[in-house]
Amino acid sequence: MFGKLSLDSIPFEQPIIMVTAAAIGIIGAIILGLITYYGKWGYLWTDWITSIDHKKIGVMYFLVALVMLVRGFADAIMMRTQQMFATGGAEGFLPPDHYDQIFTAHGVIMIFFVAMPMVIGLMNLVVPLQIGARDVAFPFMNNLSFWLFAVGMILVNMSLVIGEFAKTGWLAYAPLSELKYSPGVGVDYWIWALQLSGIGTTLTGINFFVTILRMRTKGMTLFRMPIFTWTALCTNVLIILSFPILTATIAMLTLDRYLGMHFFTNDMGGNIMMYVNLIWAWGHPEVYILILPAFGVFSEVISTFTKKRLFGYKTMVWATVAITFLSFTVWLHHFFTMGAGADVNSFFGIATMIIAIPTGVKIFNWLFTMYRGRLQFTTPVLWTIGFIITFTLGGMTGVMLAVPGANFVLHNTLFVIAHFHNVIIGGVVFGMMAGLTYWFPKAFGFTLSEKWGKRSFWCWLIGFYMAFMPLYALSFFGAMRRMQSYEQTEWQPLMIVAWCGAVVIAAGIACIAIQIVVSIRDRDKNRDLTGDPWDGRTLEWATSSPPPNYNFAYLPKVDSIDSYWEMKQQPGGFKRELATKFEDIHMPRNTAEGPILSLFALFFGFAMIWHIWWLAGLGAIGMFVTFMFRIFNNDTDYHVSAAEVEKTEREYYQRLEVQA
Amino acid sequence: MLAANRLLQGRKAFLHWGREMRKRNSLKYLSAMTWLAAPLLLSGCGSALMDPTGQVGQGLKSLIITAFGLMLIVVIPVIVMTILFAWKYRETNLAAKYTPNWEHSNIIEAFVWAIPCVIIFFLAILTWQTSHYFDPSKPLASEGSEDETMTIDAISLDWKWLFIYPDEGIATVNEIAIPVDKPVHFRVTSGTVMNSFMIPTLGSQIYAMAGMDNDVYLIGNEIGTFRGRSTNYSGEGYSEMLFDARVTSDADFQAWVDKVKQSPETMMFPEDYDQIAKPSVANPVEYFSQVSPDFYGDLINSYKAGSDGTDDGTDSRGEHNEARESSMPMSAQAAE
Repeated sequence: MFGKLSLDSIPFEQPIIMVTAAAIGIIGAIILGLITYYGKWGYLWTDWITSIDHKKIGVMYFLVALVMLVRGFADAIMMRTQQMFATGGAEGFLPPDHYDQIFTAHGVIMIFFVAMPMVIGLMNLVVPLQIGARDVAFPFMNNLSFWLFAVGMILVNMSLVIGEFAKTGWLAYAPLSELKYSPGVGVDYWIWALQLSGIGTTLTGINFFVTILRMRTKGMTLFRMPIFTWTALCTNVLIILSFPILTATIAMLTLDRYLGMHFFTNDMGGNIMMYVNLIWAWGHPEVYILILPAFGVFSEVISTFTKKRLFGYKTMVWATVAITFLSFTVWLHHFFTMGAGADVNSFFGIATMIIAIPTGVKIFNWLFTMYRGRLQFTTPVLWTIGFIITFTLGGMTGVMLAVPGANFVLHNTLFVIAHFHNVIIGGVVFGMMAGLTYWFPKAFGFTLSEKWGKRSFWCWLIGFYMAFMPLYALSFFGAMRRMQSYEQTEWQPLMIVAWCGAVVIAAGIACIAIQIVVSIRDRDKNRDLTGDPWDGRTLEWATSSPPPNYNFAYLPKVDSIDSYWEMKQQPGGFKRELATKFEDIHMPRNTAEGPILSLFALFFGFAMIWHIWWLAGLGAIGMFVTFMFRIFNNDTDYHVSAAEVEKTEREYYQRLEVQA
Repeated sequence: MLAANRLLQGRKAFLHWGREMRKRNSLKYLSAMTWLAAPLLLSGCGSALMDPTGQVGQGLKSLIITAFGLMLIVVIPVIVMTILFAWKYRETNLAAKYTPNWEHSNIIEAFVWAIPCVIIFFLAILTWQTSHYFDPSKPLASEGSEDETMTIDAISLDWKWLFIYPDEGIATVNEIAIPVDKPVHFRVTSGTVMNSFMIPTLGSQIYAMAGMDNDVYLIGNEIGTFRGRSTNYSGEGYSEMLFDARVTSDADFQAWVDKVKQSPETMMFPEDYDQIAKPSVANPVEYFSQVSPDFYGDLINSYKAGSDGTDDGTDSRGEHNEARESSMPMSAQAAE
């Protein structure tokens, strides 16, 4: 009846897990209780869960990402604590069985359920506004993408309490992830969480690719697109090209595990290195999926806050495009030690270094954007400067790893860990934090507290260097990644410094939480009615904050790169004025099909993990029926009447006048 | 003083490699870079990678430092420029020039493309040459002729290392001895999931993969006992998948071999292998006085024949050589 699932699947004997589960349960119950008490279920359902509004979906992505950041960080601090104690024969407080799940979960969560939703959330919020569109190309698909992603996130969190998570490392290298070596449900959780959320990501990629190519407003040629939109376009190209590889690879692993096939087994003709090649053929583009939009954020931030055009816009675009293509030619640098031979290794090593060229160009372009500007040291600018310095160092250690000879001694050491945290924290996290601070007022109509934002930045910056510079040093002493314990007591002092760094980062995360709470409390003081708190340059600042669901009452016309800035520069300046005539606006309708289909997907995924075949069948049928229902549903759009648009706009302008 | 000595040794190995590169001028400049990163070197006293005890490790150390130094040429100016520009062009500094519409300069753009290109050009040459020179599967030709090289088979198991000395006909678990200054050819494979074979102070690592043969040539130039390990996570006992690599004098090596030969235990394929292959964590050192002929080839072939570990009984030595020819990891040699 319940497949492999029984009461024994719940690790009652593990106090850490049980306390965490209890805490999650209590907090969850309080939140649900409050929603019920204030009667907000209807609001939640109509305004958020079934919403196809890209801005709200963006906010939901970011919210999930911030919550998961806390979960992923909890894993991180546990690993640092374990490594601080488990030396010279000491076992620490985490046995290998638990420690191995933690480092796997940390990687999976931070990449798939923190970095990805931050990037996708920001794209959702910003891209349609920047290109002067009223929504994305496929609004239902956008909602479905989010809920499929949420299903993956829920599955990962369920694994904490029901059963176990994978003990394989975040990429679940075969044959360790094969049934023979990982007979538990951990890898199955990994498979279905990634498979379902991965489908969501692929759909997002298609959605935004089409949106950017087809839904730009009048006059916005490709080379007038804001740079963030350009990086988003390249990221979506990468998603479309690389995520199917991940899906296919995991599908083959699934066949191995469920039907006894031999794609990646040691024997019967399986090829384990095929798995490693395929997973990195997705995995390397994946890191550029994350970093390119961060590059876009920095470009927007630096240009806005120096009050100056971006230096070398075209160079920036071509550098981004170059990185996009090159990112598919370097995957083998993750396993030079496979023994592929000198020619192959040299090729991939040099290809990797070539990526440093367009990246270096970008860095110089940011520098020359600051040059002869008027730089305001706002929170997003601090994140940007922190990024340029940190990312340059991370790029340098990346090139060192790309030299195959050096890689033969640095591979699998903490050097690799320090390097990719150097670029992912210094690049993606800093970028997303800059983006959060920069575009938050667009989403909510008030700015975030600068004081707490800056505190958060300094904590993250100092914490990062304290936590990861010791790891670079330790790698030269032969410290490997994923060690549950180690013999050398002389490594302990540096491990303690790294732990302190992690605590400082924790303070940085706390500052973000405080920043959000304080800013909501003081929202009336920090209210921005103009919709343009930073004296921005691109179209998203031309509409009100938060924008009405149709974004623009009239679609703007564009004739230059920083179109909104140019409008403001015209003689007499730019004035926000109420239009004289309004039109009906065609908009998509909210839909329950996305969340319902995803709920069935959750049943299906959970049932597949535990081999509960009847429930899996039910889930599959449910998904199919919901999908059919959607296909034959013709009532998917409506018109916002001209009168209603006029009413909304009038109200906004009245508020503007009151403030003035 | 010791550090300074090491530094000289490292430079020697590196310059030696430089000469081999047909005395190209560019490489002399590259090796000069070594000095740029001297602080890092000195701080590396006692560390496995910065204080190597083998020729390969020394060469790689110099390579890391050279690459590091080369990149500092661009990294340091970038960091300085970032801080300088940000400070000079701050909002409150009204004395600084402000050109809000300036967005392009051919000269600057040429420079920002050229500088990374030039650095990467030199790094690419360095990469191509060192990848070939330090190719782990290339015999260490500099130290005597090929037949002076000794062979050790390293087999990763859950979670221990089984070593076979095919020429001496002995086997050990979690311990090897090698004569000082003697090039060693490690043939590396796995009887379980993928691992990576590494003795950090000696140099390069290489993956251990079931059904595949991988090679790494190493040499120990200093007498002592060094820790070796799997560097690729392989499950529960991974952290303790360690072994001792004892670099000894020739006499001590012979004594060690004799000691191993005293052991009553044998290592025959597949009976004894099936016993030792059972998972164990932090397995103690074990010695085996006898090994079945071509143990290593039989193990690799067992994966090609099928899943049950039995071979079809053909000449395994011949099969093994054939397997080695085609055992580039990408080529899936399916069961024939």
